Amino acid sequence: MLNVKYNEQVEFPADLLARFAEIVSRYPEGRQKSALLPIMHEVQAVYGWLSVPAMDQIAAYLQIKPIEVYEVATFYTMYFLQPQGKYVLEVCRTGPCCLVGAERIMDHISQKLGVKEGEVTEDGMFSWRGVECMAACGGGPVLQIGPEYTFYENLTEESVDKLIEELRQKA
Amino acid sequence: MARKLLLTHIDVPGINTFEVYRQKGGYRAVEKALKTMSPEDVVEEVKKSGLRGRGGAGFPTGMKWSFLAKPEGVPRYLVCNGDESEPGTFKDRYLMTYIPHALIEGMIVSSYAMGAHVSYIYVRGEMMPQIRILERAIAEAKQAGFLGKNILGSGYDLELYVQPGGGAYICGEETALLESLEGKRGNPRIKPPFPAVSGLYNCPTVVNNVESIASVVPIINDGGEEYAKIGIERSTGTKLISASGNINKPGVYEIELGVPVEEFIYSDEYCGGIANGKRLKAVVAGGSSVPILPANLILKTINGNDRLMTYESLGDGGFQTGTMLGSGGFIVFDEDQCIVRNTWNFSRFYHHESCGQCSPCREGTGWLEKVLHSIESGHGSYKDIDLLVNVAKNIEGNTICPLGDAAAWPVASAIRHFRDEFEWHISHASEAQSRNYGLAHYADPLEITAS
Ligand SMILES: Cc1cc2nc3c(=O)[nH]c(=O)nc-3n(C[C@H](O)[C@H](O)[C@H](O)COP(=O)(O)O)c2cc1C
Ligand code: SF4
Ligand code: FES
Repeated sequence: MLNVKYNEQVEFPADLLARFAEIVSRYPEGRQKSALLPIMHEVQAVYGWLSVPAMDQIAAYLQIKPIEVYEVATFYTMYFLQPQGKYVLEVCRTGPCCLVGAERIMDHISQKLGVKEGEVTEDGMFSWRGVECMAACGGGPVLQIGPEYTFYENLTEESVDKLIEELRQKA
Repeated sequence: MARKLLLTHIDVPGINTFEVYRQKGGYRAVEKALKTMSPEDVVEEVKKSGLRGRGGAGFPTGMKWSFLAKPEGVPRYLVCNGDESEPGTFKDRYLMTYIPHALIEGMIVSSYAMGAHVSYIYVRGEMMPQIRILERAIAEAKQAGFLGKNILGSGYDLELYVQPGGGAYICGEETALLESLEGKRGNPRIKPPFPAVSGLYNCPTVVNNVESIASVVPIINDGGEEYAKIGIERSTGTKLISASGNINKPGVYEIELGVPVEEFIYSDEYCGGIANGKRLKAVVAGGSSVPILPANLILKTINGNDRLMTYESLGDGGFQTGTMLGSGGFIVFDEDQCIVRNTWNFSRFYHHESCGQCSPCREGTGWLEKVLHSIESGHGSYKDIDLLVNVAKNIEGNTICPLGDAAAWPVASAIRHFRDEFEWHISHASEAQSRNYGLAHYADPLEITAS
């Protein structure tokens, strides 16, 4: 993941631009704005979040106004407008998962990492937040980790500890 | 054993690949449709099947297809709704993960019926693994000549693309989905015009759920009449039920519509009974938006008939004593669960997911959440209960899209059936912080008959 400051200019690398072009080709002439959500995912996967300069670049690429990018980025929950931890643990907090202990898991993660929801650990490795139903209720409690949105189901305190250790080792 | 149409080969190793799927008879429906049927014939078979939309509203699919406008020289679109974000629903994810080709095959046949040459599968962005799976399946199908130009020499061209969402429940609503697919905020459109006349890029568009589209495959293979033989009344065919909550075997089950609810909950073929030997307290039968029912009313209708897993039987008694099949998100609550806490949880969800366009929804969902939270945390008063009923009533029917209703119904039904529990949270505010209300008079009817 590249480390970008809020107002630092970004230049998208050639392979990313090639991905953009493939995405735009999926829509009819003049409908390139349809590529906005997928392109924002691509950019976030590389940079970890969407900075204003990055969004401005996307707007320029798609020939739309910057506001058209900002208003979309702020509407959807998956786009980060602030830098995050290297791993963002997103735990489902909706009813069906709560029936099987999701609230306990969130408390545990918060304690284990020593940060509140939305905060980043000092070493920059982790942040966590509650998200709404992830369409995996049968395997609750569940959490996901972007940008590939890998799933971890049937969470227990022990399996969460193990996961966090594994991610630490990997880094 | 119940008949399966969608998950027949779910346990076959490699069924997620084109090769194995094809060996097991996959893509026969494409061959049959493109080589021997006209698009109108396909629509006719789907009409005969009685298939009803599996996304939640249950609108007859064949009829929806026949409304599609066909002005000369204007492209038509088929958009598959894989947004799956109704709490309690996880069947589409399951289908896309394990048998992606069932959806791709259904998309080809359905696009042919629509006369669409470009179709999109809109999948919620969090399902990145499923998006990759579908993209691979599309590439395989294309390689084998089932997508692209002049499919199987029939002269029919089709390109299929997967579109990721950005994380927003409201984008499951079909017009919000179309806005999102056009690269905009997911604000539902005012209807009319309906998508069948003006949908994606202002062109005639059909939006269908993943499971609805996949169901077209067995309908074309076996014929609409065969399909309609399964099920009861206007609930034909099979349905994927997502079972979650306090049961022994959570998961996705394909049922023949008409299975008794009691059998579904207690039989080992399905949920396998309530977990940890507990008793049943309540069920939300069709995803978080439908009315919650206490144990006695989910197992039997008010007239004492067995409640069945059909659109009609679950709806029996209207909103007074019935509920809806909805998306088939079947959420089971055991005796230890707190109805007030769950109702607050759901109302927080709807408040969070309201797109904010209409004030009754934007403001009302906020009120519901706030008042429910105050009752749940021991600061409620008796008038709050009536306030909730009032706010819910003022949202219902007064909004652009049905999210408003979806937010109001769970609250209204929880109070209708569990008012004593809400009152107890107010009269025993501090006790309610340390223990739950329990079963009260909603004892498990199975136990009553046994004793
Ligand atoms: C707030 C809201 C959320 C919805 N979410 C979904 C969804 O996640 N998946 C889905 O297929 N339909 C969903 N629907 C229903 C769609 O608007 C639409 O009716 C459906 O996709 C049509 O497909 P079908 O006829 O095959 O069921 C939702 C509706 C509303 C009002
Ligand atoms: S009912 Fe709610 S979600 Fe639907 S359009 Fe109105 S504000 Fe948006
Ligand atoms: S409620 Fe957690 S995945 Fe659905």
